[in-house]
Amino acid sequence: MDFTLTAEQSQMRQLVRSFARDVIAPRASEIDRTDRFPRDLIRQMGELGLMGLPIPEAYGGVGADYLSYVLAIEEISYASAAVGVILAVHTSVGTFPILYFGTDAQRQRYLPKLASGEWVAAFALTEPDAGSDAAAIRTRAVRDGDDYVINGNKVFITNASDADLFCVFAVTDTRRGKRGLTAFLVERGTPGLVIGRKLEKMGLNGSGTCELVFEDMRVPAENRLGQEGEGFSIAMRLLDGGRIGIAAQGLGIARAAFDAAHAYVRRRRQFGQEIFQFQGVQFMLADMATKIEAARWLVYHAAVLRQNGQPCTREASMAKLFATDTAMQVTTDAVQLFGGYGYVKEYPVERYMRDAKVTQIYEGTNQIQRMVIARHLPRA
Amino acid sequence: MNILVCLKQTFDTEERIVVENGRVKEDGVKFIINPYDEYAVEEALRLKEEHGGEVTVVSVGPSRFEEAIRTALAMGADEAILADDPALFGDEYTVAKVLAAIIRQRPFDIILAGNQAVDDGSGQVAVRLAEELGIPHISTLTKLVVEGNQVTGYRDAEGDVEVVQATLPVLVTAQQGLNEPRYPSLIGIRKASKKPLTHVTAADLGLNPEEIRPRTKVVDTFLPKPKQAGKILQGDLQEQVRELVQSLRTVDKVIG
Ligand SMILES: Cc1cc2nc3c(=O)[nH]c(=O)nc-3n(C[C@H](O)[C@H](O)[C@H](O)COP(=O)(O)OP(=O)(O)OC[C@H]3O[C@@H](n4cnc5c(N)ncnc54)[C@H](O)[C@@H]3O)c2cc1C
Repeated sequence: MDFTLTAEQSQMRQLVRSFARDVIAPRASEIDRTDRFPRDLIRQMGELGLMGLPIPEAYGGVGADYLSYVLAIEEISYASAAVGVILAVHTSVGTFPILYFGTDAQRQRYLPKLASGEWVAAFALTEPDAGSDAAAIRTRAVRDGDDYVINGNKVFITNASDADLFCVFAVTDTRRGKRGLTAFLVERGTPGLVIGRKLEKMGLNGSGTCELVFEDMRVPAENRLGQEGEGFSIAMRLLDGGRIGIAAQGLGIARAAFDAAHAYVRRRRQFGQEIFQFQGVQFMLADMATKIEAARWLVYHAAVLRQNGQPCTREASMAKLFATDTAMQVTTDAVQLFGGYGYVKEYPVERYMRDAKVTQIYEGTNQIQRMVIARHLPRA
Repeated sequence: MNILVCLKQTFDTEERIVVENGRVKEDGVKFIINPYDEYAVEEALRLKEEHGGEVTVVSVGPSRFEEAIRTALAMGADEAILADDPALFGDEYTVAKVLAAIIRQRPFDIILAGNQAVDDGSGQVAVRLAEELGIPHISTLTKLVVEGNQVTGYRDAEGDVEVVQATLPVLVTAQQGLNEPRYPSLIGIRKASKKPLTHVTAADLGLNPEEIRPRTKVVDTFLPKPKQAGKILQGDLQEQVRELVQSLRTVDKVIG
């Protein structure tokens, strides 16, 4: 199997890497500290083409392949996991739904704005009583003439503080279980859409995680995405791709933590020598590097399968599970290798550790990934 | 306006240089557009934006140069010519001859190049090229203005500014400070892979490799001596001066 990048892929990665290093990294700690959504950075990313990287040129995107997009998330997350998730949610579950399931009119209306970064997208599925069991959502959409009237609330919605367009899931038929769910495109400013409380989080600050409240929110029927009853299947199909994106985010965080720890142990001296010289330290680094390498190939493999239109549900879940568990382990070990300095905010590794935790939770917890993998095991 | 840019791929200046068997090792090294040439590319794109026309990149070197050329195309250059036939490689003399042969085959109004390459640092190729083509050149520019046929170049002269005028066609070389090169955009990278990149050989250019063979030979390549720790002179002023003069004479041999 050959994972050699094409000249175009490696050039794009190089460009994103330089941009992440020069423009995003210097801001990462401030974004973490202030929890402010970095709209100015998003605008710059838009100018570069990052906000519409895998969107076809005809809709104002760059038209890059899926692997290039995954590499971009990895590189951005290396500098700032928060900016990484903003991009991943905006693209994988904010913009793709319109590209894949939208009508021609919806694509014309929304894709150019999203691909240029003028607009930011969000994905609103989770509710206070429906997380892993997404089919249990209770937000109701009732048809009323040419509109739907939507009532309910959502929680943990990434980008919500600044998003211009929300992909919202609601129940249109209470008798049909998960086949009663429908997706809607809701613009910011729609009467009845209330951007609720911003959640104070352990990490991933700056990604604008809010609650949403829908109070008799009127959405024109032309903003329904797909048919009535297709909502759950749309959400699940999006999550395959979304999970590869989050896996890439985990990979980027893990690499950042490894590089920081590796540089540190070659600088730090105790007992008269670099602490890198101690075998106990070397073995930790060797394990960290090996896990990262394994995660990298799982992530790229899933991305290539998806790019080639092959089934990848199991591989996407494996990549997400392994890469995000790796992110948690590697960032924890990085803090350990920094000793007391790892626990203070002067160094970035404590942020990496806080940011890594959520990658094991969202876009399907890692228990849910294991369920998906088990369900897709080949017949014994 | 037909704008040509001479471009070389060089070592990233942040790379650690390893010399092995009298040669600089290239394995695993990161290569970039020669930074001075990057200013030239940026200036060419600005000229194109102001006056219209086409920007063509010309280059002599191995096929790994393609990466740097693609970057220039991604920044906005329109096409590129790469002489990657090893029969065309040599010293500054050879490269200037080859560039001249490529350029004679096409129309041009202005040629831009870096003032020097950060690897060899000889600063000769561009001026030799102007000489080959029989056109004037203005070197080490920190500002360039083209109005009609009139070209005005500004360059640093020990803190003052020297202003040099010429008429097209002309060759100019870029100094640091000429401009701030743009990032290529991601869409630019995609478009670059569809832009024409022509490979040329000695035969295509009608050049006889024997006639353009290098006139110089690299005899040895070595790294500068590692910096020694400084020495603090002791004693009263008289003694310190005596010791300083003595060591400048005998240790460093910088005075006779
Ligand atoms: C920072 C952040 C951003 C987010 N962004 C978004 C967003 O943009 N859009 C969106 O819709 N959602 C978003 N989420 C929500 C996220 O996807 C959910 O938190 C996640 O799916 C888990 O749901 P839950 O929190 O309700 O946990 P629960 O589902 O209540 O799970 C609690 C625990 O039980 C375990 N568990 C549940 N079911 C099973 C089972 N069957 N077998 C074994 N264990 C099980 C879980 O793994 C977990 O450990 C975000 C969450 C966070 C924290």
